[in-house]
Amino acid sequence: MLAVEADRVWKYFGDYPALRGSSLQVPQGACMALLGRNGAGKTTLLRILANLSRATKGEVKIFGDASRGDVVRRKTGYLGHGIGVYDDLSAIENLLLFGRLLGVENPEKAAIEALERVGLERVKDGMAREFSRGMRQRLAVARAFLHQPELLLLDEPFTSLDDRAINVLQALLRDALSRGATIVMSTHQIREAMELATNVALLERGKIVHTGPQTPEMLADPGWLYRTYGDRQVQE
Amino acid sequence: MKRGLITALAIAKKDLQTELRTKESINASASFALVILVLFSFAFDLGREELYAIAGGLLWLVFSFAGALIVNRSFARELPNDCLDVLIASPAPAWSIFLGKSVAAFFLLFIVELISLPVFGLFYNIHWTQNFPGLLLVMALATWGITVVGTAFSAVTVNIRLRELMLPVLLYPILIPLLIGAMGTTTALLQGEPMSGEAIASLRLLIGFDVIYTSLALYMIEFILIV
Repeated sequence: MLAVEADRVWKYFGDYPALRGSSLQVPQGACMALLGRNGAGKTTLLRILANLSRATKGEVKIFGDASRGDVVRRKTGYLGHGIGVYDDLSAIENLLLFGRLLGVENPEKAAIEALERVGLERVKDGMAREFSRGMRQRLAVARAFLHQPELLLLDEPFTSLDDRAINVLQALLRDALSRGATIVMSTHQIREAMELATNVALLERGKIVHTGPQTPEMLADPGWLYRTYGDRQVQE
Repeated sequence: MKRGLITALAIAKKDLQTELRTKESINASASFALVILVLFSFAFDLGREELYAIAGGLLWLVFSFAGALIVNRSFARELPNDCLDVLIASPAPAWSIFLGKSVAAFFLLFIVELISLPVFGLFYNIHWTQNFPGLLLVMALATWGITVVGTAFSAVTVNIRLRELMLPVLLYPILIPLLIGAMGTTTALLQGEPMSGEAIASLRLLIGFDVIYTSLALYMIEFILIV
């Protein structure tokens, strides 16, 4: 079964087509790395998948559901460019709030466990605004994984993370994959992405020009994918 | 439905909690209301009858301006760290996010109004405690109307650079019928008139306004937030 199915999705900002009939299929349990240069449309596509934006044309189905109701959204975790936590709430208050919004059965237990997973249990009562950048990023990771989502939509998840946060995130992503979760992540950091990715999609100027399984060439040479598929598309 | 209401309460609690910690909008709103009331008291030299005649109008002008300062922050406080994206991506229905924010704004504005009333009484020598239950009812109905429309426009303008300017421009024309009703009823109540005749008709207007705009905003909010 497909976890994500985008069928000929178009998105216009005014007259500018940010997405031009992009189609993407992600099977359940796969880790799809969404690659592409700046302005290729990665964030726009991810925002449409996360129900943060509407496609101008085309259809998106998550777990076979085009209506994107609350049941589907409960299965989805989203980590965007911003950390998505409140500076004026403590770490535990942030996670309790999101636990309630996400419909977690026992928010207190889930929040404590999530803080333990990212190594923030000792500062659970500290205000997010008092945290260092790295701690805030780990809190954001704890928030995204709080409800053990079946689908993770991650927009540039490794960008500006410190080493510890990268290790925490990679461990959580591996754990999520091992329990059968699906991951779609946009990234510039091909090396970190390729360590986890099972599938790769390359976006060029709002179009998906290549999609397929990860290959040893991609792992050995991060530029290979762009040279082989991206540049060809540009020449055409 | 039940889950949506629980979510709305969680969001209202979060908004009140963060506001009481930062006091961003309540300080600005309360100071503004008090300063305007005090300045007006020095600006006009009115007789007792004239004062009672304009009392309702004066109060609701101040409350509606103070309200704009509060509702302006309703959705804007979600912008740092992209918290609005996380709220929209969550299973919380858009209407529950909106309802939670409206409830929080309602309580904040109501607190500002309750702080302003004694100052108003003191500087204008008006016995605002007569017909107090009726006054509270009018304040509750009109305040809900201001906050529900204001919160909806706060969502509309959240991504606009000049949202502090745009919000009042959009908000006040819509509030005209509500303010006319609230001003008329408040003036009558402050003059010690019983709740009857015109006051009842104005009260009906407030209830109708609240019902229509609350329903409309709850229905429209998903189309406003997800574009």
